Formats: sequence, C-alpha cells, structure tokens
Amino acid sequence: MTVPFRMTGGEVRLDRRPVLRGVDLTVEPGEVLAVMGPNGSGKSTLIRSLLGLIPLSAGRVELYGVPPARFKDWKRVGYVPQRLSVGGGVPATVREVVSSGRIARQSRFRPFSAADRRAVDRALEAVGMAHRARDSAQELSGGQQQRVLIARALAGEPDVFVMDEPTAGVDAASQETLARTLRDQVAEGRTVVLVAHELGPMEPLITRSVVLENGLISHEGVPPEPKGECARPGHDHVHPHAPAEEPHLLS
Amino acid sequence: MIELLSYDFLRRALIAAVLVGIAAPAVGTFIVQRRLALLGDGIGHIALTGVGLGLLTRSSPTILALVVSALGAVAIELLRVRTRTGGDVALALLFYGGLAGGVLFANLSGGSANLSSYLFGSISSVGTTDLYIVAGLAVAVIVILAVFGRELFVLCQDEEVARASGLPVRFLSLLIAVTAALTVVVAMRAVGLLLVSALMVVPVAAAQQLTRGFMTTIGLAVVVGVVSSVGGLWVSVDADFAPGPTIVLLAMAVFLAAVGTGKLVRMRRTDVT
Repeated sequence: MTVPFRMTGGEVRLDRRPVLRGVDLTVEPGEVLAVMGPNGSGKSTLIRSLLGLIPLSAGRVELYGVPPARFKDWKRVGYVPQRLSVGGGVPATVREVVSSGRIARQSRFRPFSAADRRAVDRALEAVGMAHRARDSAQELSGGQQQRVLIARALAGEPDVFVMDEPTAGVDAASQETLARTLRDQVAEGRTVVLVAHELGPMEPLITRSVVLENGLISHEGVPPEPKGECARPGHDHVHPHAPAEEPHLLS
Repeated sequence: MIELLSYDFLRRALIAAVLVGIAAPAVGTFIVQRRLALLGDGIGHIALTGVGLGLLTRSSPTILALVVSALGAVAIELLRVRTRTGGDVALALLFYGGLAGGVLFANLSGGSANLSSYLFGSISSVGTTDLYIVAGLAVAVIVILAVFGRELFVLCQDEEVARASGLPVRFLSLLIAVTAALTVVVAMRAVGLLLVSALMVVPVAAAQQLTRGFMTTIGLAVVVGVVSSVGGLWVSVDADFAPGPTIVLLAMAVFLAAVGTGKLVRMRRTDVT
C-alpha cells in the first residue's frame, strides 16, 4: 500500500538560503502528525514541499507514490494554507468559498451536483458555520474565516489533510470545533499532517510529532504528556528533547 | 433615444455599448478578486502599440491591437511569475514602452489625429466590421468565463490552493490575462485605451459595496456596466459630450451612490442585530 507522503533527503533553498537541509519523513495512512518547531525552522516549507508547492533543490518527495509534478489524484488531498483571511479582492459568501473545495472532484462541464451540495452542507455543519453560509466570508472574525478555510478542505472529502497553523490566532471556541472536526475525520481513517505552534485541544489526537530545527528533524515521537508547570493551560507544549514513547496504534 | 436608433451609426454604437458593459465588468470581477486591478490599464497601454502598427501598415488597428495586447498580456503574466521582486518595475517598462511605441508608430503613419479616437474612444465611429470583431470577442470572453469560471474563481481566490487542487495554474493564469486582453480590445472603441481599465474595475468596486457573494458581485457589476455604458452613450449624444469620459464618469457616479447606499444598508443591519 502506498503511503500518503514520503520525503527522502529533502532539501529546499529559498533565495539561495537553505531552509530544509535533508529531511526524511514518511507519513503513514491514518496518522495524525504534528510538525512543530520554532519560527523559521522550516515547518511551513516542509509541508508545502510535501505537496510540491515549493520545489526541492535535492532529494525527492512522493504523494501516494508519485512525484507531485506527475500526481493526478488531487481529490485525495485537502490543503488548508496559513492565511489571516480567506483572501480575494471581491466578496465571496461562505458557501461559495466552501463549494470551491469541490473543484478537484468536478469536471469542467458538469454542473454542481446533489452530491456536491451535500458534501458542502456537511462541511459547513462540521465547522458550525451553516448558519453563516450566505454571509460574506471576508466580514467574519479571524477564527471564523479559518473555520471556513477548513470547511473548504473538508468539502473535497480528501483522504489526507495538510494544514498550516490551523489554530494560529484562532479563538478557543474555534479551536474546540477544529479539534472535534479532526477527531471525526481521523475516526473515519483520514490522515492529517498539521503545522502547529501550540496543539491546544488537538493534543489528544496527535499520534506522532516531529520537531524541526534549522531545517532538520531534531526530534520525533509522540508528544509527551504535560506534567507540572507544562500542564498549565495555555502553556506552549514544545518539548524538543523529551524521550520518545511507543506510538499509539490506530486500529 | 428611440428615434436616434434610426441612425445606423448609433445602432452600432448602442450594440457596442451593451457588449462592453457586459464583458468588461465580468472579466474585471475576476481580476479585482486576483488583486490585479491595474492589469487592464497595463494591457491598454500595450495595445496602443498595436493600434500604432495598424495605422502605420494601413491594416486594421483593431486586429493588430488584439494581437499585440494578447502577446503583452502573456508577457505580463510571465513577468509576474518570474520576478518575485521588482516585477512592478518590469511591468512599468512594458506599459511605457507600449504607450511610447503606439504614439511613435502613429506619428510615423501621419495619422496621429486618428490616435486620439483610440486613446479616448469614439464609440459613434464604430464601423460594421469593427462591430463584428467586438461582438465576436465579447462572446468569446463570456464563453471563456462560463466554461472556466469555477476554476478561475479558485485561482483568483488563492493560487496555492488552486495548485494543491490539481488545477492547471499556468494555463488558467494565461487564460485570464488573455481574456483581459480581449476585453481591452472590446472596450477600446467605447471608452478608449486610457480608460479601458475603468470599465473593468469601477462597476466591480460599485457592486461590491452592496453584495456579499461573488456571483452577485458579477451580476450587479454587469448591470452597473451596461447602465453606465448605455446611459453614458445616451447622455453624450444628447449633450454632445465625448462618450468615453461620459461613460466612465457615470460609472464613477454609480460607485459613489453605491458607497453611500452600502453604508446605510450596513448601519441598518447593525441596528437590527
């Protein structure tokens, strides 16, 4: 069985500066992988190069066994970019933005089908935005806009989610919604790769985490249980040198 | 207005005005969404070189404007992708090169008086052949938007998401740029190359004061575009104004009215909730 992502010796240079310096990473189906590390360590670059959005200067990456340039099955991938807002210089309703997540499943001449509509409804329900479907996405709060971006990825019914800082700058209620949504997706066998500074309510879902430092993986394992001072709510749970534990097996 | 329609040249002008009023704001909505509001302006400058070449070689300025602006649109798109920094300087070079080339070629042809009708529009001098070209281009623009609209929406919303959805991003980027170039040629006779961009941007800016969605913005922008271009043509014939500037100023007036109305609507909405 082919794995969602496999990177071997991945190197990336941006403006001649090395950002990734030889990363080996395999993401197995059903895993919930957190990519952690300090600012500028290359987290975002890593997940974007997994998708082929940034070309590798050395090494190779495969999506379901195929290099991104030749990959065709994009409906299996749901990407949530790191954005402060849904973007675009023209208003778009929440429903329009979420519906656009179906694009990889549509062909050019086929109208929006009942199945498309049902998937969009489910995605809107999942993130608790169904009641705002007809509102302008740009007029929502930051946390609500992030939920809309996640719903767009959900609407495509992908097998693997790739999320860049889905909880950055997001209110507590939206973080809880996101964690609940991800739990349901994982229960259905979906794979998740996410970049996070703080795991917050998503922490119990994470099956493995890698910590990047200076473009290299410096630590790999399950995130350690918070103890003592670290268990305090709001504490930043980054433990680059904690001992690795047996990974939880999802059955 | 009705009896004016017995004049052939006014009938042609009216048809051209309607086509421009539909095509320019429809393409403009995608371009504004992509935050490239000045793209039409740039293509308009480049198209002038095509007009100059047409005058110089005694061939159709419309056809040559079409060829040169389509090539210019492709060049702008390639520059935008290749140069992450300094891209705006490269664009400025293309714009001013296009403008200077157009004026120079027109001067060489001895027909620089003719040039001003392309710079500022002369919708009442649209001939039958030109009208066929404009109509064909307008239909092409609308068909392109209808077929590729969903993909272009994703592209213009977020290019990275478009790539991670497997969309042919390079093709779609060129497609929207070339479609903008076709629209520039459609609008050239009505408002002139220097004001082309206004008809692509101002109706969209007006519409989005009042709308919450993308499809409603396109729809309302097209209504604003048709009302401005037909209304502007009518006022200009009635009062003997130049049609191009009249059309654009009318669109601006609609924009100001929309800003005021939008403020009122939002105040009401917050009062209710």
